[in-house]
Amino acid sequence: MSTTTSSRAATVPRRVAAQARFETLTMLRNGEQLLVAVVLPAMVLAGLVATSFVPLGPGRRVDLAVPGVLALCVISSAFTGVAIQTGFDRRYGVLRLLGASPLGRSGLLAAKAVAVLCVVALQFAVIGGLGLALGWEPQWTGIPAALVSALLGTWAFVALALLLAGTVRAEGVLALANLVWVLLLAMGGVVVASSELPGTLGPIVELLPSGALGDSLRAALLHGQVRVGEWLVMLVWAVAASVLASRLFRWSD
Amino acid sequence: MTDLRKQFGSVVALDGVTWEAEAGRVTAVLGPNGAGKTTMVECCEGLQRPDSGTVRVLGADPWNAPAEHRACVGVMLQDGGLPNAARPVALLRHLSQLYAAPRPVDALAAQLGIDRFAQTTVRRLSGGQRQRVALAAALVGAPDVVFLDEPSAGLDPHARLDVWDLVRSVASEGAAVVLTTHSFEEAERIADEIVIVAEGRVVADGSLAEITSGRSLEHVYFDLTRRSAR
Repeated sequence: MSTTTSSRAATVPRRVAAQARFETLTMLRNGEQLLVAVVLPAMVLAGLVATSFVPLGPGRRVDLAVPGVLALCVISSAFTGVAIQTGFDRRYGVLRLLGASPLGRSGLLAAKAVAVLCVVALQFAVIGGLGLALGWEPQWTGIPAALVSALLGTWAFVALALLLAGTVRAEGVLALANLVWVLLLAMGGVVVASSELPGTLGPIVELLPSGALGDSLRAALLHGQVRVGEWLVMLVWAVAASVLASRLFRWSD
Repeated sequence: MTDLRKQFGSVVALDGVTWEAEAGRVTAVLGPNGAGKTTMVECCEGLQRPDSGTVRVLGADPWNAPAEHRACVGVMLQDGGLPNAARPVALLRHLSQLYAAPRPVDALAAQLGIDRFAQTTVRRLSGGQRQRVALAAALVGAPDVVFLDEPSAGLDPHARLDVWDLVRSVASEGAAVVLTTHSFEEAERIADEIVIVAEGRVVADGSLAEITSGRSLEHVYFDLTRRSAR
């Protein structure tokens, strides 16, 4: 037997695009994922704008709320969504099957990254649209900085999600990914700025990827500011989690 | 596969295994549970890295083999490896996009009766239906080598015949088919070559006629594996 010379695998872009489309559609068709990715953030936004019992700091509530909810969207899909999906794919041997297919492990990771960015873009369109309908007046000059924040935050949270999904069994991933989502929403500096959090919590939260993401999105979209410190915090989390995930990730359950 | 060894902690899964499979022939690997069949096959698929010895599939080392190699090798895992939320035909169509020249999905699905439950999600399929989708997933890329881990386990008699016909036709088209099984009937019906494994060693290897020399495969198997089965 000898190896064939004509190409048998589809090209890399075709393979990654096919898998990214498949993963995006899987995420969007999954009821629970859609709930966490779009419905709950939209409800949080509407609730924060319509009520005033959660203190958001000085300024118009809708302008303060939208950047925080965009941060929540990133955490929903890049962290909770990816972790749960990957955890169960690992349990059911999907990761092994795709690893043995022409897609391979690197292709699968690339496809997951593309799929998450597609979903985040969709979430931003929905939440941004809802915000504008509720009277949001963003600082348009801050959009490029906000995009950088969103990309860094997505990277950090996807890496953390893979670290969790690749080391803990599926049921544990499900419980932890949802618990972390709730904890970060409540006190992770996501929708409530770290400066508005009670007592000693603020300085700790500033060093979390959630706080850095929320605060830098607020700085960009409220004041058009670039927050290099927050970007560095996210970068450190992203690199550290990526290195750990690449060392510790187990492809089979 | 030459002198392959693999150990998990203190458990020796493969203890110097040597055999080979030829193109155009069906090789059946038999052996008791825990004999090392799945580990052996997973070393061939690049999913496990042997501690020592060599594996060559189509002349290449399957561990970290490039996409081009993986495109020539079809894999059916024992646990299926199918995403739970997917629908069978849509999943096969998706997998076919990973290959430059895949088999036509509709014909493959019809041959295995998958078209009858095309709209049911994998989660809701019966064990036998899932087996058929996993088999189709292994064949959709029109591979030169196919590894099938217990392809007919849990199938009803009709479905088993469909699977056997398909496996025979894949081999007659020139592919090397390696399958693990617990069924003597399956091995006798469709295999050209038999490899019997016990406690991580090959205890018999040859054509069906050579191995049985007039006796039934079942007799030969129990004689060779009695000690390990206890």
